[in-house]
Amino acid sequence: MIELLAKTIFAENLLLSLFLGMCTFLAVSTRVATAAGLGVAVIGVQAITIPVNYLIFTYLLQKGAWQWAGLRDMDLGYLKLVCFIGVIAALVQILEMVLERFALQLHRKLGIFLPLITVNCAILGASLFMVERRYDFAESIVYGIGTGSGWMLAIVTMAAIRERLRYSNVPQGLRGLGIAFIVTGLMSLGFNGFGGISLP
Amino acid sequence: MLGPDRKFLTDPLIDNNPVTLQILGICSALAVTTSLLMALIMSAALTSVLVISNGTISIIRHHVPSAIRLIVQIIIIASLVIIADEVLKAYAFEASKRLSVFVGLIVTNCIVLARAESFAMRNPPLPSLMDGLGNGLGYSLVLILLGTVRELLGAGTLLEITVLTTTKNGGWFEPLDLMLKPASAFFMLGFLVWIIRTVRPHQVVVPEFSAATMEAKGD
Repeated sequence: MIELLAKTIFAENLLLSLFLGMCTFLAVSTRVATAAGLGVAVIGVQAITIPVNYLIFTYLLQKGAWQWAGLRDMDLGYLKLVCFIGVIAALVQILEMVLERFALQLHRKLGIFLPLITVNCAILGASLFMVERRYDFAESIVYGIGTGSGWMLAIVTMAAIRERLRYSNVPQGLRGLGIAFIVTGLMSLGFNGFGGISLP
Repeated sequence: MLGPDRKFLTDPLIDNNPVTLQILGICSALAVTTSLLMALIMSAALTSVLVISNGTISIIRHHVPSAIRLIVQIIIIASLVIIADEVLKAYAFEASKRLSVFVGLIVTNCIVLARAESFAMRNPPLPSLMDGLGNGLGYSLVLILLGTVRELLGAGTLLEITVLTTTKNGGWFEPLDLMLKPASAFFMLGFLVWIIRTVRPHQVVVPEFSAATMEAKGD
C-alpha cells in the first residue's frame, strides 16, 4: 500500500510522467497560493471519485456484473467513459454545494477552481487507469489520494518556480509557454529519478 | 473553392495552432508521441471526433438551452469517443492496447470542448466542420512532428521500419533513451514553441517585468 502511494506520488506522477492535467497545470501555475488551493481540491475530488468509480465499474458495468439479474453476458464496459464523466461532474457539483453550506471560507478560496476540475484529464485519466490496472477497493482509495497528492506537489513546485521566473531574463520567443515547458521537462527528469527507488 | 471559409481550415495550422498557441490538448499530445504510428492513430481519432462533434453541435445549436449546453456537449463528445474507441479495438487492437487510456481521454481533451463551446455553438455547420478539421490537423501536425523526432532519435526507426541501424544491431546509431522519456516531450514542445514564436513574433508574450520598466520605476 505504502509502496503504491509512493509510486503514484513520485515515480508515476500523473502530471510529469503521464502528462495528465497539463492544461490546468499550465494555466493555473502562476501563483503558489492559487496552485495550492487547486491542488487541495484535486486531492479531495480524486480521493472520492476513484473509489466511487471503482464501485460503479465493478457492480454495474463490468462483464458479469448483472449476473444476479440473469444477464450473464451483459458487458457494459463501453459505457465507462460516459459514466465516469458523469460521476466526476456530479461529484464536483455536490462537493461545491457541501462546501458552500459547511465551509464557506474554503469554498470562497476554491470557488473558481472546482468547475475546472471536471475537465481536468488527471481525474478521468486516473479513473481509467484504475480500471485498466485492476486495483481493488482499498487500492483505489490509496491510488486516488496518491495521484492527487502527486499532482498537487507538481503544480505547487511549478508555481514556485514560475513566480521566480517572472523576474528573470528569458529569451524572447521562449517567454511564457516555452520556458514553462522546458522547466516542466527538467522537473520531469528529476521525478524520473524516483523510478529506481524501491521501498523495503 | 471554399471561399471565405478557407481561413477556418488554414488558420489553426500554424498561426493559431491549438497546441502551441492556445495551450489546448497537451495531455495527449505528449503522451502518445514516443512512436510515429501511435501519433498518427491518435491524430486520426482526435480529428474525426473533433470534426463530427463540431458539426453535430453546430447543427443543434439553436435547440440547446444554454444552461445545460456543457452537459449536452460532453455527452455528444463522449459518445463519439466511445465509437472511436470501439472502432480502434475492432480494427487496430494492438494499437488500442498501446494507446491505453489516452483514446478515452479525448473526452476531456480541451481542444474538442473549447472548439465546441467557442466556435460550433455560434457558427453554421459548414464553417464549424472546417474549423474542426483545421484544428484537428493543427493538432496532428504537432503530434506528427514530435512523433517523428522522438521515434527516430529514440529508437532509430520510423513507423517501426529501421532507418538508423542501432549499435545493438551492428549499426552505428546510439539511440537516445532520453527521447523515449516523458521529459523529452516537454523539451521538444518548448523548443517548438520557441521556433514558432521566433518566426511569428506577434505571438510573443509581453513580459510582466523587464529591465527597462524597472529602471523607469527607479529600482
